[in-house]
Amino acid sequence: MNPESSSLPDVRPASRRGSLRRLVALCRKESLQIVRDPSSILIAFVLPVVLLFIFGYGINLDSTALRVGLVMEDQGPEARDFAASLAGSPYLRVIPAETRREAGHALTRGRVRGFVIIPPDFSENLKRAGNAAPLMVVTDGAEPNTASFVENYVRGAWQGWQEHRGERRGEPPAGRSVNLEPRFWFNPSAESRNYLIPGSITIIMTVIGALLTSLVVAREWERGTMEALLASRVTRAELLWSKLLPYYALGTAAMLICVAVSVFWLNVPFRGSWLVLWLVGTLFLGSSLGLGLLLSTVTRNQFNAAMAALNAAFLPALILSGFIYEIRSMPPVIRGVTYLIPARYFVTAIQTLFQAGEIWPVLGQSMIFLLAASVFFIGLTALKTRRNLE
Amino acid sequence: MPAPVIQLEGLGKSFPGGKRPALGGISASIHPGRVTGLVGPDGAGKTTLLRLMAGLLTPSEGRVAVKGLDPAKDAVRLAPVIGYMPQKFGLYEDLTVGENLALHADLRGVTGPERQESFDRLLAFTDLSRFTSRLAGRLSGGMKQKLGLACALLGQPEVLLLDEPGVGVDPISRRELWRMVRELVAGGLTVVWSTAYLDEAELCQEVLLLNEGELLFEGEPGALTGRLRDRCFQIRDIAGNRRQVLTRALCRPEILDGVIQGHSVRLVLRPGQAPPDLQPLGAGPAARLAPVPPRFEDAFMDALGGGPGGESVLARHAHQASADREIVAEARDLTRKFGDFTAVDRVTFEVRRGEVFGLLGPNGAGKSTTFRMLCGLLTPTSGDARVMGIDLKKSPGRARQKLGYMAQKFSLYGNLTVGQNLAFFSGAYGLRGRLQREAVERLVTAFKFEPLLDAPADSLPLGYKQRLALACALMHEPDILFLDEPTSGVDPVTRREFWTHINGLVEKQVTIIVTTHFMDEAEYCDRIALVYRGRVIAAGTPDQLKSQVATADQPEPSMEDAFVGLVRQQEAANPPDLAQAKGA
Repeated sequence: MNPESSSLPDVRPASRRGSLRRLVALCRKESLQIVRDPSSILIAFVLPVVLLFIFGYGINLDSTALRVGLVMEDQGPEARDFAASLAGSPYLRVIPAETRREAGHALTRGRVRGFVIIPPDFSENLKRAGNAAPLMVVTDGAEPNTASFVENYVRGAWQGWQEHRGERRGEPPAGRSVNLEPRFWFNPSAESRNYLIPGSITIIMTVIGALLTSLVVAREWERGTMEALLASRVTRAELLWSKLLPYYALGTAAMLICVAVSVFWLNVPFRGSWLVLWLVGTLFLGSSLGLGLLLSTVTRNQFNAAMAALNAAFLPALILSGFIYEIRSMPPVIRGVTYLIPARYFVTAIQTLFQAGEIWPVLGQSMIFLLAASVFFIGLTALKTRRNLE
Repeated sequence: MPAPVIQLEGLGKSFPGGKRPALGGISASIHPGRVTGLVGPDGAGKTTLLRLMAGLLTPSEGRVAVKGLDPAKDAVRLAPVIGYMPQKFGLYEDLTVGENLALHADLRGVTGPERQESFDRLLAFTDLSRFTSRLAGRLSGGMKQKLGLACALLGQPEVLLLDEPGVGVDPISRRELWRMVRELVAGGLTVVWSTAYLDEAELCQEVLLLNEGELLFEGEPGALTGRLRDRCFQIRDIAGNRRQVLTRALCRPEILDGVIQGHSVRLVLRPGQAPPDLQPLGAGPAARLAPVPPRFEDAFMDALGGGPGGESVLARHAHQASADREIVAEARDLTRKFGDFTAVDRVTFEVRRGEVFGLLGPNGAGKSTTFRMLCGLLTPTSGDARVMGIDLKKSPGRARQKLGYMAQKFSLYGNLTVGQNLAFFSGAYGLRGRLQREAVERLVTAFKFEPLLDAPADSLPLGYKQRLALACALMHEPDILFLDEPTSGVDPVTRREFWTHINGLVEKQVTIIVTTHFMDEAEYCDRIALVYRGRVIAAGTPDQLKSQVATADQPEPSMEDAFVGLVRQQEAANPPDLAQAKGA
């Protein structure tokens, strides 16, 4: 506390060792804060697992066992045979109803997704040649997706029954209708879980990358600790790296947990290489962290940073990444916008890695874009980061 | 005098969107080995000036030089020279004392054998050695302040910049900090200390007095107060109503400024004027005029050209409450716990009609918590709170209709206009139709809001905002007015104007309950309760409390002396555990 002389100390322009020491000190500080802040642990480790289980078990875009009402107005043997075959379909759960009224009521109450009417003249119509529409299917137009599922499954069951019936009667196969048997590649059982879970890893990484990071930097501004840091010898690069590295480590750890839970617990097949996954994850984290840092650097306020991160990172990742909503079915303008969302490329890459393996034309394109996004956001943050409070 | 360490030449700083420059062309010099105070109310430009010196902001005009270097451009070379402690001390609350120190040591390049030696020295100096593994967030305000200081002192800087180190810290810790700073200065360190407390200015060796970005004075504080020699008096032994005496005195042309000080009235004369005759002021037959030494606040008022005058237009329009001296508010064994922390511990007091009652204590002492329980905003853990005879536990809503509440920082809607704020608050207090119109009209007339009705509240100067907040709290003509830290950080002129209104209301038998951490403001109260760590450690009139600590050495202690003395007496009587005592 007793300055010997009033001359300025000899300060070399930030030596490399000093810089490394400061960076290590800042990273250590950041890690301690992460470990001691229950909310960051919650966001990085608990939230991902919860989300994975929600996507793994709760949300299911497959339509197995759709509840369908059945009104038998014809009690003939043919009608009962068809009803049995309908009940035997793995996709449908048949709930019998006495009258059309009752079935209609069940539909409006949401107890069934649609209902099938076997009209009184069903057997009569069948006997005639060139039988035309002997069945009636009523579905809920308010849910067109489910409605078309119901329609298709009933149609499938109808075709299958007709075929059987023909066989039993010894009719030549040529006389029967053409049968279409769909076959899915890469996700043979066409389970939505297998593409939802890789997609949800994207959401988790976005939350960690953009939301958590934007909050911590904004918090430094709010609590005045940034001011204390800036008054020391810290350089812009040190500040930036000290935020990127610990959260990169946190994000990578969270990704590992996600992938491990998906593969080993939820039994989602993983066909790619772990190295490539790590590479793609790193690139995506780069863009995500970069965006988070940029937002908090610009807003300097936790509330605004969180709102901005939600709108600029989380919602686009959820809606525009192709994770839930098919990009090809979006209007052209929105489709154009998705090309600017890093999450879109990560979703593509990670779904490819999980379900198909290393398809380089797909992965390469995604990785190039993710690299560009990382460079863009981190570069912009570096430009916007000031060594002062201006 | 040695060459200055810091030089300001026409230094100005404007922020985009600011109505006036935060700092308007200041020239001054700061000399080595001294404590220089940057003194002024909130918005005076103190923090901006400190940040310019620390190189955290770049000047809009003029220049600042620290040891001949531009701090904004030569940040790397100046970093080891300057130690900077921002407001709120710049500590990581989730890091321990030791980790905070280690981080700052690494950032400031304190390594090798020097490192441990610095830690030992600074921990001993700040008396924090036993707390190295405690999280900074768990330290008391005083300990945080000392840790902040220790961090800023790492690497042996030559210049120490402290931004409002005394805010929110109890007076005992504040004195401790001053002792440490004096020790550092004796060792050759240059200290710049910014403060809104005018009494702290007197402790500095040199002062830059700032107001609204302008430099009012540069030099030794004694030189400023010296201008007021023989112009400061106290009217003592007043027999009549001292508030009326003050009001009458302030209406006289020879009086520059006046405030209530306990049972006395302090007056500052305009230059070259003779003291007034006491009899026309209604001070009673025994009243006498005693010369007193000028304070820095008197000098500030003088520099600003005097106070706002004595009469409150508001009081003229206020309704007269009944004049009996019944108890209108009382707390009995009031206790509030937050988890295992007892914020308010068995607080008991009563307030009679027409009284000004103050809860005085540092931040975190439990004033605001007590207050919120009395207003029915917080439920007590145990004990009773009554306002106008209504039990706040049973019917807080009914009690709230009888009281007016002005929260800290005014709680106005900044983007609503003055008229809209008035309309909203009158509606919120349940006024409708004709009654509402009349109430708003009455206050618009009283406070002269007519030309401002369409101005957004945010655009108003501080004094007007305060007036508007007061108007909103008075909308339903409450019998009791609760004021939470009403004048912290405002300039003395605005503070006086505010108290003029309050005094006027008291004349109409409105009861005032006020919290403050300003020791001086406590002098305006009829009775005060000293709150310290959740307890009322003493209660009485300001003069009674001061006389309790008066000694032969200190015949006329200040309110702060009284506070410090009473806390020490209390702690001597029942010593708290060691860790807590050291935290004070």
